[in-house]
Amino acid sequence: MKATVLKIAMAAGLMAGVATGAMAQQKNVTIGVSIPAATHGWTGGVVYHAQETAKQLEKTYPGLKVVVKTSPDGASQANALDDLTSQKVDALVVLPFNSDELTNPVREIKKRGTFITVVDRGLKDASIQDIYVAGNNPEFGRVAGKYFVDNLKQGNVVVFRGIPTVIDEERVTNFEKALEGSGVKVIDKQYANWNRDDAFKVMQDYLAKHPKIDAVWASDDDMALGVMEAIRQGKREDIKFVLGGAGMKDMVKKVMDGDKMIPADVSYPPSMIATAMVVTAANFYTSAPMRGTYVLNAQLITKDNAKEHYFPNSPF
Amino acid sequence: MTESVLRTGAEKRRFSIDMRALSPFIALLVLVIAGALINPDFLTTSNLLNVVTRSAFIAIIAVGATFVIAGGGLDLSVGSMAALTAGVMILTLNNLGGGDLGTLAIGMLVAIALSATCGLANGLIVTFGRIEPFIVTLGTMGIFRSLVIWLAAGGTITMRNFDLREMYRPVYFGSIFGIPIPIIAFLVVAAIGALILYRTSFGRHVVALGSNEDVARYSGVPIWRVRTLTYIIQGICVGIAVLVYVPRLGSATPTTGLLWELQAITAVVIGGTALRGGIGRVWGTVVGAVILELVANIMVLSNFVSEFLVGAVQGAIIIIAMLVQRSVHRGR
Repeated sequence: MKATVLKIAMAAGLMAGVATGAMAQQKNVTIGVSIPAATHGWTGGVVYHAQETAKQLEKTYPGLKVVVKTSPDGASQANALDDLTSQKVDALVVLPFNSDELTNPVREIKKRGTFITVVDRGLKDASIQDIYVAGNNPEFGRVAGKYFVDNLKQGNVVVFRGIPTVIDEERVTNFEKALEGSGVKVIDKQYANWNRDDAFKVMQDYLAKHPKIDAVWASDDDMALGVMEAIRQGKREDIKFVLGGAGMKDMVKKVMDGDKMIPADVSYPPSMIATAMVVTAANFYTSAPMRGTYVLNAQLITKDNAKEHYFPNSPF
Repeated sequence: MTESVLRTGAEKRRFSIDMRALSPFIALLVLVIAGALINPDFLTTSNLLNVVTRSAFIAIIAVGATFVIAGGGLDLSVGSMAALTAGVMILTLNNLGGGDLGTLAIGMLVAIALSATCGLANGLIVTFGRIEPFIVTLGTMGIFRSLVIWLAAGGTITMRNFDLREMYRPVYFGSIFGIPIPIIAFLVVAAIGALILYRTSFGRHVVALGSNEDVARYSGVPIWRVRTLTYIIQGICVGIAVLVYVPRLGSATPTTGLLWELQAITAVVIGGTALRGGIGRVWGTVVGAVILELVANIMVLSNFVSEFLVGAVQGAIIIIAMLVQRSVHRGR
């Protein structure tokens, strides 16, 4: 879906470019983009899409300059924001490490009249942002839960949790809510830290502990890969499928190729940073209203639509 | 202080060594009994083999850490070093592209050479730079970790050749006479480690260096060489651990080996090696690594610990296991 958003916004931008050709060329705008450094797969995807989109946007809108800065933690992100503002940015697109630490630094920038776009993790004070682009974590859990109800109908499911955070909590509670009243039962839940090795170990232990498991909600593609390896080693035939999440390219490829164990995936696209950047640029170069909140749907990726979610060049 | 340390070493050693060396095994036995009571599935052969196999990486790395710590040093960079080595090894295999044994052998050599070089760098900076090992290895920890993130562009480094992956896979999943290969690997590494530490003059130099550097220097121990060598041994151990790690998932990510340094140091201390140096126990270290993995396994197999409290119970079990060890030791 975000691919579509991108195309629409690009098309809108191009048309506006044609219509106001001469004017657009004179307009100089600088957009600062502050995102976490590529410390794991998903943020690696964020960095890739931010850099790709920056190149595309600069080509589309002459006079536009996009500065992408990555930071390894919350404190250095606050410093990076200082550096960006000293370069006089007109707009800031920020994917904050955490809400508490970065609300004030972003507010300071807002006070200078900078246009603010917040991505994924919200700030504590929503009045700071002009645009908010968010992934939908409760929906992520719901879509996954619904998939189990529709496709498994009844049976025993083991669940892998990520790192104890609000994101994880929202996903898991809504997953369980979606199962209520169905024949699908969660027989075990453990944290595996969105980590392949930890998921491998936990799955080995699940296999030792539970003689019959019908399906696995790995809730993340990295964890799903660890789970698959443990199932293969255990030679267990009772498990019908494993559902991951996030839309890692290796997993989307498996869905595309019709892998029996990976029939689907749930998207939580790192390319949401691209959506945010496109909408922010459009705010300066088109007359269409852009301010507001954009919630990207967590989509079920199946064999039919996997192609739209496959980015072979992305590191994620 | 100096004198008392030496006296303990010289006079009490013969008397106390049995109990101290034995106590990690007693803690292990207590844990196994506890595990069996909590869930009967715990004692199945496949579960126990899984757990011991999983502990192989930490056990092998911790054998190296035993040398570094016994010699009065510390290495915090091992987790990042493992990730970097795994990443470079897979990239080498991918670039060579072949699916034959020769390709694999080159990849393995590259892994060992790289990790040994990383260890050498740690050792040289500590000795020639005269900087605290804590700071040096904290620095290289950041450097190695960043390098692997950079190589992976934040994503995943995966073995691309399917045939090679299938050929290499048995190194983690296969077994000889029913014993998984990783277990054989760490037993061999531990045996060689024990031989070097207990039966060679180099091993005695390491322990002397750890108990008192000045005395060791006046006694003619080549301090710099011995210390640098302990870090190289640590590096080689990390390389061997990587050789067993890569065939498991066939990939390295920026989170590979995260916190392994802490687990390795914990295994070493549980095993009875003194954190301040001067005492090294290779077999205790191996048991320590198995204990750590067992505790995690028991947590998942138990039905009454909420997933939110797993960390707390794990911490408590490790402390209690240490207290049991101490009381056994003191009882003598």
